[in-house]
Amino acid sequence: MSYPLIPYRLYALGDSAITIDFGNRIDEIINQSVLARYQQLKKNPIPGTTELVPAYSTLTIYYNLWTVKKNSKQVCGYNWFKAQLEELLQHPFQEDNFVCRTLNIPVCYDEVCAPDLRAIATQKKISAEQIIQYHTSRPYKVYMLGFLPGFAYMGELDERISMPRKAQPVNIEAGSVGIAGKQTGIYPFDSPGGWQIIGKTPLQLFDKNSVSPVLFQAGDKVRFCPIKPDEYKQLQQNPSLFDIEKKEIGGDEQ
Amino acid sequence: MSITVIKAGIADSIQDSGRFGFQHLGINPTGVMDRFSMQLANALVGNEVNEAVLEVHFPASVFLFSEPTILAIAGAEFSASINGEAVPNHHCIIVNKNDALQFHQPIAGTRAYLAVKGGFHVTKWLDSYSTNIKAGVGGYQGRTLKKGDEIMMNNTTDFSLLIKNKKFLVLPWTVDVPALTDKNEIFVIRGSEWDELTNESKAVFTETPFLITPQADRMGYRLENQPLYINRTEELLSSAVNYGTIQLLPDGKLIVLMAGHQTSGGYPRVANVISAHLHLLAQLRSGNELYFRLTDIETAEALFIKQQQLLLQLQNACTFRLHEYFEEHRH
Repeated sequence: MSYPLIPYRLYALGDSAITIDFGNRIDEIINQSVLARYQQLKKNPIPGTTELVPAYSTLTIYYNLWTVKKNSKQVCGYNWFKAQLEELLQHPFQEDNFVCRTLNIPVCYDEVCAPDLRAIATQKKISAEQIIQYHTSRPYKVYMLGFLPGFAYMGELDERISMPRKAQPVNIEAGSVGIAGKQTGIYPFDSPGGWQIIGKTPLQLFDKNSVSPVLFQAGDKVRFCPIKPDEYKQLQQNPSLFDIEKKEIGGDEQ
Repeated sequence: MSITVIKAGIADSIQDSGRFGFQHLGINPTGVMDRFSMQLANALVGNEVNEAVLEVHFPASVFLFSEPTILAIAGAEFSASINGEAVPNHHCIIVNKNDALQFHQPIAGTRAYLAVKGGFHVTKWLDSYSTNIKAGVGGYQGRTLKKGDEIMMNNTTDFSLLIKNKKFLVLPWTVDVPALTDKNEIFVIRGSEWDELTNESKAVFTETPFLITPQADRMGYRLENQPLYINRTEELLSSAVNYGTIQLLPDGKLIVLMAGHQTSGGYPRVANVISAHLHLLAQLRSGNELYFRLTDIETAEALFIKQQQLLLQLQNACTFRLHEYFEEHRH
């Protein structure tokens, strides 16, 4: 599929990176453009590129200034790099073979796994079952990874269970499923955090010994599947009992 | 060959120039805080400049060498000694079997770098030796050093002929570099939200000193000054950040992101420290004052290139001197 040209601005993130900013919005179309340009620049990197980091509505390209200066000769390296990007961004990007994964993530919403569930139910004047139903009834898109290794920012959450971040971060256990604003996500590590915790997955989201140490990647679709406490324990022992992945080609549609 | 920690320091870890190429997975680069000093230490012992080194804070570990080893120390001045006898920074030092390296007193700077000829023999994780403590990976068992840790070294050359039965040796040459510590004028370029700062806040930023608070570590330094104000009502979404990115927190205070920073941030980015000055910032610590000086990207690039050229020159010179020394003293 092809992607519409979206207005953007470019800015320097220090003297070794440049960011393409497509507008400060959580938006499926904008993020799709970010990811399309990410794929394009990964396949055909501008010389000197060291890494590409997509986010909600931005794509940041880090570069080796030494290499870029060699190519730019007398010209300012940043301006040279910027000109290369501007040229590329003039043309729409066509891509038909994106592999879109759908990952099914088992989540236990039992009280012991969900310290904030009851308070949210009280505040929203709905039952815990309704919260679980709202959280599990739609697929989410992984917009970006950040904050911690393997932490996926997913959206968009049903507005009926949208909650602000906590004012003070608390200690959160690895595997905890949180919500904040329009977002939902899972903590891969024990960490301080401000999201409201409504469940927990028995899956390990970070495995240093694996060739792909991180479970999610930007662009993935994610579905949460409710499980009971005894299933949680079972999967903790043997995660392979759960079939998490489904692959589709060119599957950008919901 | 190995180096053993006989007393643990507060936060010593194996680092290299950083783990790049995985930030899109949320995996932060880490790496040394003061890359210039790391590269200098490596150049002195004739290593490739980005070889893994030990980043040492004060109070530092005490190290024992199992075999004759060639080492160099750069960065902070912590009054290093071998078996109690003072040794200088920025020299090649040949130590003997069972010699102990110790750091006695912080004289200047915040982080010292210890390079050994051949480098440390630790396992790479995602193309880098850098320790990532949060993920428990890289470096030595993914953590800071503890008493009893024994780190292997890559070197297989026997240096015992160079040192024979002598005590340790400090080789006579050194490197001529600009001061690396106690420099508190930090050059920055404008960040993406710089223009949104009020004029008064821009003046505060460029003209008044910032104090580094006790909340200053490898992830970032929180700075103290009068609050800065920004003309912005809309919150920023999370996006990528960089080493040296200066973010404006909701309370009007600044935080400058250091080598251990997370991959993303959602606060206004008012400025970015230039690459050529990150090593100066890395040698400051809580209690120090610093001034930000606004410059343009052309100047930032020129200073970086100049620094890299200096390093290349020093690397060539050091490799040559060391080679000559080996030839003369081999027999």
